[in-house]
Amino acid sequence: MTADTTTAVETAGPTMGDRLRRLVRERPIVPLLALLVLLVVASELIRPGIVSANWAGVMVRAAIPLAILAACQTMTMLTGGIDLSVGAVASMTGFVVATLVNGPGLWAGIGIALAVAAIVGLITGIGVGVFKVHPLIMTLGMSLVVLGFANVWQLRMVQTGSGVPQEFRWLGAGMFLDYIPRSLLLFIPLAIIIMLVLNRTGYGRLLYAIGDNEIASRLSGVKAWQVLIVLYVISAVLAGIAGFLYSGLTNVASVTLVDSAMLPSVAAAVIGGTSIFGGRGGYAGTIVGALILTVISSILSSLGYPEAVRQILYGGLIVLVAAAYNRITGD
Amino acid sequence: MSTILERPQNKTEIKRSGGMGAVLRRNGWTLGLIGILAALFVVARLINPNYGPPGIQGLAISVLPLAFAAVAQAIAVIARGIDLSVGSMMALTSVVAATLMDERSEGFAVVVVIGVILLGFILGVINGSLIVITRVPDIVVTLAMLFVWAGAALLVLNTPGGGSAEWLRNLTLGSFLNQWIPKAALVLFVVVAVIWIPIRRSRLGLSLYAIGSDPLAAYRSGVSVNRTKILAYGLTGLFSAIAGLTLTASTGIGTPVPGPYTLMSVAAVVLGGVSLAGGKGGMLGPIIAVVILSLLRAIMTFLGVDTNLATVAQGLILVGVVMVSSLLQLRRQKV
Repeated sequence: MTADTTTAVETAGPTMGDRLRRLVRERPIVPLLALLVLLVVASELIRPGIVSANWAGVMVRAAIPLAILAACQTMTMLTGGIDLSVGAVASMTGFVVATLVNGPGLWAGIGIALAVAAIVGLITGIGVGVFKVHPLIMTLGMSLVVLGFANVWQLRMVQTGSGVPQEFRWLGAGMFLDYIPRSLLLFIPLAIIIMLVLNRTGYGRLLYAIGDNEIASRLSGVKAWQVLIVLYVISAVLAGIAGFLYSGLTNVASVTLVDSAMLPSVAAAVIGGTSIFGGRGGYAGTIVGALILTVISSILSSLGYPEAVRQILYGGLIVLVAAAYNRITGD
Repeated sequence: MSTILERPQNKTEIKRSGGMGAVLRRNGWTLGLIGILAALFVVARLINPNYGPPGIQGLAISVLPLAFAAVAQAIAVIARGIDLSVGSMMALTSVVAATLMDERSEGFAVVVVIGVILLGFILGVINGSLIVITRVPDIVVTLAMLFVWAGAALLVLNTPGGGSAEWLRNLTLGSFLNQWIPKAALVLFVVVAVIWIPIRRSRLGLSLYAIGSDPLAAYRSGVSVNRTKILAYGLTGLFSAIAGLTLTASTGIGTPVPGPYTLMSVAAVVLGGVSLAGGKGGMLGPIIAVVILSLLRAIMTFLGVDTNLATVAQGLILVGVVMVSSLLQLRRQKV
């Protein structure tokens, strides 16, 4: 994001298309925001009067947990990886807290859930970083492990019963003044930290370096395995936090609650301009990507189409946006 | 069977394929899997002396959809791709078959089966064409198509329903000649052999492995990378359709919601010795991996272990096996 903006002005010669391409490559957020505005306008045109402060609040509230999951994908994708265990981890943490809140209490529950998530991330990180297992396989395997243990835990906990803690509902589903989602309290600091880490710290640069050219980064003395272990721990903990918001938002505690958000989180990062091959992308685009996906699914449901048509259009739009992005940046 | 279905012989390998050592080296992974499978069967017999033909027939029927899904996934992965829409294509082809066969004649079902397999091929060609045309990464395109095909399946059939022809249902039930040879296993091997071996031996087969191991080198040797990629996804779709048909055959209805087949097929493919980097592996490995995973679950059931722990075991095996194999590779590289 530190790209020199004056170069675009100095080279006034190139054509419109070239300049657009340059803009997209250096500031991918601009066309994404344009697309988002376009989608909001489309929502208003399709259902006049629907766009209001409350509507915006509902959209943001739904997009926040998705954006946190997509942060996991963004950071892992920067190194050329991916994290398919976010769905299982997020469901697990939400569920674990719901089962512990009546016993050991909320904070103990949160602590235990996040500690378990961190252990999962640690194992994933060791697999990817030290044993060089493909991240796709490693995270897939870990998601099976987490799901299995969560199910065992569920059977144990049948007698004690469970319930989503009021605090999660307050944070995940509540709104200030009917249009400012309370989950922003958690998300804004989180997003700022993620962006600062990616753009302003040595650790962030290492992530880009590993994804851009792992051999070059190794030759320049980067200990990739350490970077990757920390990365997957961060990713799992973030997924765990997203799990709290999902259970609060839906008021459901289930070991498969977040599974359906796993693939959209990958899509949000991709639409946001992060390359799945690593080395290129950022979190700001991902946040807009998550908003775009949320508004798209809202438009599709407001059109009154059945679930079937919605899914088809949703998938079609993902290909379209990704293809358009590729075409413009000319990769 | 292993020598026919096994992995490719590129030119250098043909030259030194004379000795026993070469055969062992080339098929080491698959032979190891066969060893594990045999050991598991012995364990199953020891734990449950009654585990015999009926158990094996049941196992063969239950692994059929995932086995075909693994074959489908293997083709995409060999060509250096990945298809996350396998499960959705299975759901779509399964409901199309169930809807068309419902209360129709047995003869008409033959037409339906052929039509559905063709449909699968077309779905796959659409996936592949989108990847080639848009130049968006395979994983992203097929991720999006996962939604598209799942939506289409819901359009065809909103709730589980439809029917299956009797002959299709009977095709996989029972045993053949000897009670130890389940018909389902026979169907699996015959179908895979009849479709895959001719392709593997043809120019197309060689091109598939070529674009998987090095697309640029393949291009420079005159392989049409784009066309091969589209055909690879076409074949993935075709085998997904066969997997979908086995779903309809085994349940007698079509279910529009995709099962856990996509991600499990990726797991089976990797366990089966197909490299995610492309260009390596065959069909026998993934099939055996699927059987191993299912047999393991059966054994854990005999032992009275919580089936959820079986899921944990599957995950740990996936991770563990891949760790060991990459450790072996790392050591080989250092030597």
